[in-house]
Amino acid sequence: MEASTLAITILWSLLFIYSILGSLDFGAGFWGMIYGRNDQTSASQIANRFLSPTWEVTNVFLVIFVVSVVTFFPFATTLLGSILLVPVGIGLLLLTIRTTFMVFEHHTQKYRELMRLTSGFSGLIIPALLVSILPITLGGFVDFENDLPVLHYAELLTHPTLYMHIAFGLSTELFISAVFLMDYSKEADDWSAYQTFRKHAIWLGPVSIAIAMLTIGTFPAEANWIVENIEDNWLWFGLSVFFFIIGYTLLFIKKQDGVRGWSRLAVTAIILQYGIAIYAYGSAHLPYLVYPHLTVTEGFTNPSTFYPMLIVYGVGFGILIPAFYLFWRLFLKDRRYLKQP
Amino acid sequence: MDIVVMARVLFGSSLGFHIIYATIGVGLPVMIIIAEVLHYIKKDSDYALMARRWTKGFAIILAVSIASGTIVGVLISLLFPNFMEIVGQVIALPFQMEIFAFLIEAVFMSIYLYAADRLPPVLRFISIISVALGATASAILITDVHAWMNTPAGFNITPDGSVTDVDTWAAFFNPSFGVTAIHVTLSAYMTVAFIIASIAALRLMRKGLSSKERNYHKKALTIALYFGAIMSLATAINGHETAQMLHEYNPRKLAAAEGLFETTRYAPLSIGGYTSLEDQRVKYAVEIPYALSFLAGDRLDTEVLGLNEFPEELWPPLYVHVLFNVMVGIGSLLIVVAFFAIFWRHVLKKEFPGWLLAILAVSGPLAMIAIETGWCFSCIGRQPWTITDVLRTGEAATKSSSVGFLLGLFLTLYITLLFITGFVLRSYFKRNPASKDLDAVH
Ligand code: HDD
Ligand code: HEM
Ligand code: HEM
Repeated sequence: MEASTLAITILWSLLFIYSILGSLDFGAGFWGMIYGRNDQTSASQIANRFLSPTWEVTNVFLVIFVVSVVTFFPFATTLLGSILLVPVGIGLLLLTIRTTFMVFEHHTQKYRELMRLTSGFSGLIIPALLVSILPITLGGFVDFENDLPVLHYAELLTHPTLYMHIAFGLSTELFISAVFLMDYSKEADDWSAYQTFRKHAIWLGPVSIAIAMLTIGTFPAEANWIVENIEDNWLWFGLSVFFFIIGYTLLFIKKQDGVRGWSRLAVTAIILQYGIAIYAYGSAHLPYLVYPHLTVTEGFTNPSTFYPMLIVYGVGFGILIPAFYLFWRLFLKDRRYLKQP
Repeated sequence: MDIVVMARVLFGSSLGFHIIYATIGVGLPVMIIIAEVLHYIKKDSDYALMARRWTKGFAIILAVSIASGTIVGVLISLLFPNFMEIVGQVIALPFQMEIFAFLIEAVFMSIYLYAADRLPPVLRFISIISVALGATASAILITDVHAWMNTPAGFNITPDGSVTDVDTWAAFFNPSFGVTAIHVTLSAYMTVAFIIASIAALRLMRKGLSSKERNYHKKALTIALYFGAIMSLATAINGHETAQMLHEYNPRKLAAAEGLFETTRYAPLSIGGYTSLEDQRVKYAVEIPYALSFLAGDRLDTEVLGLNEFPEELWPPLYVHVLFNVMVGIGSLLIVVAFFAIFWRHVLKKEFPGWLLAILAVSGPLAMIAIETGWCFSCIGRQPWTITDVLRTGEAATKSSSVGFLLGLFLTLYITLLFITGFVLRSYFKRNPASKDLDAVH
């Protein structure tokens, strides 16, 4: 494999990991807010119990992604930095508010409600901002004026594809987090929360798939290149839909104990579905980082820096595997944590 | 304001905000380890309580340091894209390693915070040690990038601006990396020690404390004073080496720091005052004869280069002299304060009088001011270069006209968050005063 292809593959894998972790994180924040004042179900407690120890780790993956873009593709920073300054800047601002309010909420009594609402709603707006980067890279919204790249906000903000991308991002975020939290509730033996999340997963699943299909139809005319690539990749997208159907069906299967839904398998199938779709989309996006201004090879760093970085990744994740294992045991498996009152 | 200036102000203020929380994030885990070890040795539950309460404070601070760190981590690429283009090719390694240091810190912090009661003592101890190692490693690694900006190494640049002959490890171990990393680490440890001392002193100044509480705060103050005394002395000794590094690799910055215009042997050290361009000297300063030559080269006759050796357009702003003096002044003062307080309490065996507690109460904020002025000195003293003698700040910065809008938003955010963190910390420790925890423990 060429070095630059390897780099973009690693980057895309990090994007995949972050989009799963981020969906769980922002989704859990949202569900925590929705059920925060509801005494009928403990769904909010379950969501927060997941969120408390994990948000920092999730956030680091966001930073890993950004640092990897800049270090693997330094020649992309000028273009990306100029066109994304405002959307990413606002995203950062909201992320800061969300992170701090989420933590502060546990440590104060006053203004708790306000903090809860703010961190819950920003859990919708931030992912919306993040996915709106995708249509920008497809073509038609970026031009060079006096050698400076500019983003045409008016065109972007009035184009339906932006809103379909956002709808797509939000529905998948909520779907993935609902299926995951359903499984998390099961680990905690909390069946009322389980049913709450299952109910949401059932309506969100078809909605998210339908929106995903419709989104492709709204791509701007300049993005024909990727639509063609997507059509060439139809096998992979088909496989992804296949895993969705499996995962969705598993939500209805009755187990021996009479409870509907095979949550662990459903989560696995949905993550597979998502992973396949992301890689298929990623390969359809090649060779461009930003169409038509920047390709993967043009942005790539020099090999003498790249290979040491690969070693750092290998060693870094190697050291962290036992730590992640311990983490998983303590917060996703240990019933003393999951079932605390 | 022009775009470049706004980008510099935005980035500088973001770092100035981040460093407040980041410094505490680097130093506090070490204090927690000390408390845990003392608990283990002395079997005194006060120390366990100390570790627990500091951990709670740490959790609140950490939220802001991670959030603000994410901001600076992303902003640096957005605001200085041409700079990051070179960084990505030459000194990407520490940036990436830093992320793994963060991951280690974040994973073990959650474990220590939310699972301490379910862990065997050994694992709990490993967790907090990993937190401290992760935080210190991240400080050292990011400082590496900063050191490389001051003393760039490991690459060549062609006239058209492309980077060639990259030697990743030569860049990593650039000339100022060692001293600078040690200086940053020691000064962070020292600062947190004095912050703890401040809090304990403020508590001890209250009337009507129970003897249990009084003892608890005295123990905290003792730890802080001993650790602070050692660290402040070490910071100053290493600061001396840092100045010698400047003398060797960055004489322009040293000359600006000292307001020295003419190259001189037996150069005096000017303390205080401000650098006057018209008079070509530092006005209203106290001069210590020979001291600058000694500081720079360990000999009274060392020749120290003056600003006039360099074209005036390459001078850093002359006010860096003040920044440098504030750092060194506070550093020297705090050494005296810490050793004097230890002498008073443990040699003379007297109780702390109110005036000494009052001085101790301001030591933490003073140390934080030294951190801020030290960093500002180092970054502003590098001007007009972002990478010394390679890339000018004007060329490094973004040309995007939206910077002003973001500047306003972020400044508002920082000021608001400073108040809110203060408020949350206060309200948390008010609802959970040490007396309540002490009653629960005993
Ligand atoms: C509590 C904080 C603190 C204290 C008491 C001191 N320093 Fe410091 N100093 C820093 C905190 C700091 C810093 C914030 O950490 C800096 C900024 C950049 C860096 O590398 O460290 C720094 C930078 C810095 C530099 C510039 C390095 C560069 O630009 O490359 C010099 C020459 C010194 N220091 C020297 C000293 C001396 C002689 C001190 C004598 C007491 C001293 N510092 C005390
Ligand atoms: C030398 C001064 C600095 C020190 C001592 C420092 C230290 C820290 C510490 C202790 C944290 C929290 C660690 C954690 O994740 O648990 C942090 C977060 C962070 N810092 Fe800084 N930092 C410094 C400067 C910078 C600079 C200049 C940048 C970027 C260019 C930066 C980028 C970050 C990032 C991205 C995070 C968030 C990582 C996360 O998501 O956890 N820091 N820093
Ligand atoms: C955390 C404490 C720090 C503070 C308070 C600080 C302060 C500042 C200030 C005030 C400026 C504006 C200087 C000017 O334009 O006149 C600046 C610029 C800058 N600093 Fe630092 N700095 C810190 C650490 C770092 C570190 C660790 C790095 C390296 C990764 C760094 C990289 C930069 C860059 C790239 C610029 C912009 C370009 C320039 O003006 O040279 N800073 N910083």
